[in-house]
Amino acid sequence: LTLIVCQNSHVYYIFDLSLCSGGAELLFNGVKEHHVTLPSHSEPWDIKQLLVWIQQNLLKERPELFVQGDSVRPGILVLINDADWELMGELDYKLQDQDNIVFISTLHGG
Amino acid sequence: MSQVLSRLKTKLQEQEKEIAALKSKLAQLEKSHPSVLELHDKVTPLTPLKPKPALSNEDIMRYSRQLLLPELGVQGQLNLSKTSVLIVGCGGLGCPLAQYLAAAGIGRLGLLDYDEVELSNLHRQVLHGEENQGQAKALSAANAVRRLNSTVECIPYHLQLSTENALQLIQQYDIVADCSDNVPTRYLVNDACVLNGKPLVSASALRMEGQLTVYNYCGGPCYRCLYPRPPPPETVTNCSDGGVLGVVPGIMGCFQALEVIKIASGQGSSSSQQLVMFDAQDTRFRTIKLRPKQANCAVCGESPSVTKLVDYESFCGAAATDKCRRLNLLSRDQRITVQDYQSIKDKAELHLLLDVRPLVEVDICCLPSSLNIPLSSLEERKREHIQLFQERISQLKEQMAGDCQPPVYVICKQGNDSQKAVQILEKMSGSEVDSITVKDICGGLMAWAKKIDPAFPQY
Repeated sequence: LTLIVCQNSHVYYIFDLSLCSGGAELLFNGVKEHHVTLPSHSEPWDIKQLLVWIQQNLLKERPELFVQGDSVRPGILVLINDADWELMGELDYKLQDQDNIVFISTLHGG
Repeated sequence: MSQVLSRLKTKLQEQEKEIAALKSKLAQLEKSHPSVLELHDKVTPLTPLKPKPALSNEDIMRYSRQLLLPELGVQGQLNLSKTSVLIVGCGGLGCPLAQYLAAAGIGRLGLLDYDEVELSNLHRQVLHGEENQGQAKALSAANAVRRLNSTVECIPYHLQLSTENALQLIQQYDIVADCSDNVPTRYLVNDACVLNGKPLVSASALRMEGQLTVYNYCGGPCYRCLYPRPPPPETVTNCSDGGVLGVVPGIMGCFQALEVIKIASGQGSSSSQQLVMFDAQDTRFRTIKLRPKQANCAVCGESPSVTKLVDYESFCGAAATDKCRRLNLLSRDQRITVQDYQSIKDKAELHLLLDVRPLVEVDICCLPSSLNIPLSSLEERKREHIQLFQERISQLKEQMAGDCQPPVYVICKQGNDSQKAVQILEKMSGSEVDSITVKDICGGLMAWAKKIDPAFPQY
């Protein structure tokens, strides 16, 4: 699941979603790319809020396969601009213009 | 007479000497080039690999095209020849990995797999042939590798890597490659590598995607640094459920070979603290910077809680194989056997057979007269599918006299998804659709193929 964040004249965020990797896209009807609009916020969005938004707007069925508590479930790695989110502050990271967020499920087959 | 006797005795002694000399020569030859590979079913101590003082003329000819690379050179080749590599899993990743390591002149290969070769392996496990079906994968792979390069020492292990044997086995090798197919084994291999201080070259593949990372190498993170908690078992898809295009693990196994060769030859790997993702659909590689080694890691951190190997199957809540799990969600009276269903068919009893597999599997094979509604459609209550289902129930009710609950039998490949579907349909019965009696067919179409109709395809 790839999420490219754009900020548009303080009105809303436009998300360019491309869903990929490790079968995470299967939770989202197998769609690899689509565009969505995120409502404006007084504060910048952080990853924690983004996860809630994804759950409410993109992932209505079987959320347990994607989230656990207020974070992603074990076995999903979150990338912010091609870097492990652990390097970026994890849930507290504030989304910025042109950010690229990816959710990868770890593969185990061989 | 005594002269004849003494002559014969002398001759006999001479010939006994000659036999002894031949025997010792044979033993020596067999030691360096065993004619029949011995399959190991347990871990035994190995003699250390002896470094070669120099390359022979044959070596120079054989490896000439890679010796010409300044990145490798003579020293790199000599380094390869004194390195031992343990390959955990001789499947889709392990086969190409073993092949390229042997071709490149690695010193010793440990080839480990508990499984035997099956027909459904051959599309991706390219060291095994049709004639190897039923043979231990470790032996089949070792024989193939030896045909390629007889100077590589191969040790086939026909055993399951376990808490009991992993440390003893892994400490005898310089580099470990994780080519396994399940979560508990991945944690086990990681912990054994950390406890033994061995670099771990790990890859995985599923469907049209692959991933690769080198763990526990040059101060980088280990598998547990990245994944401190195992994934919930129901979120893990294996190759026999999800499918895999053979060339995808092929590419990832070759990638592992590249990293192993770089480490073994002395060039070093650049894939520590890095995840390489391969998207075969879009033909795209993507390299991700990972977190560093974690101070609070349970096994490689500053105060580790895992100081010896643990029970990985219970840690992960899953078995250390990629064989399908058998769910047991229903009571006995909610299920029928394939024999029961055959007799229902034979007696032409009115019923609806509901096949809940995805369409791609129904295209492979299905039972005639079954209605296909994938489990995912039932879970999402897809309107057109629920309507279709209701129509078929109504037709059945018309055909059946009196006030009744039409029987619905649910089938899938192995009898796991069908149980989930029964639970959903029972909830829907009497509210979202007319009242029905719904039962699961135990073991699914694969049980049907095995027990009722041998002409029905298995996959």
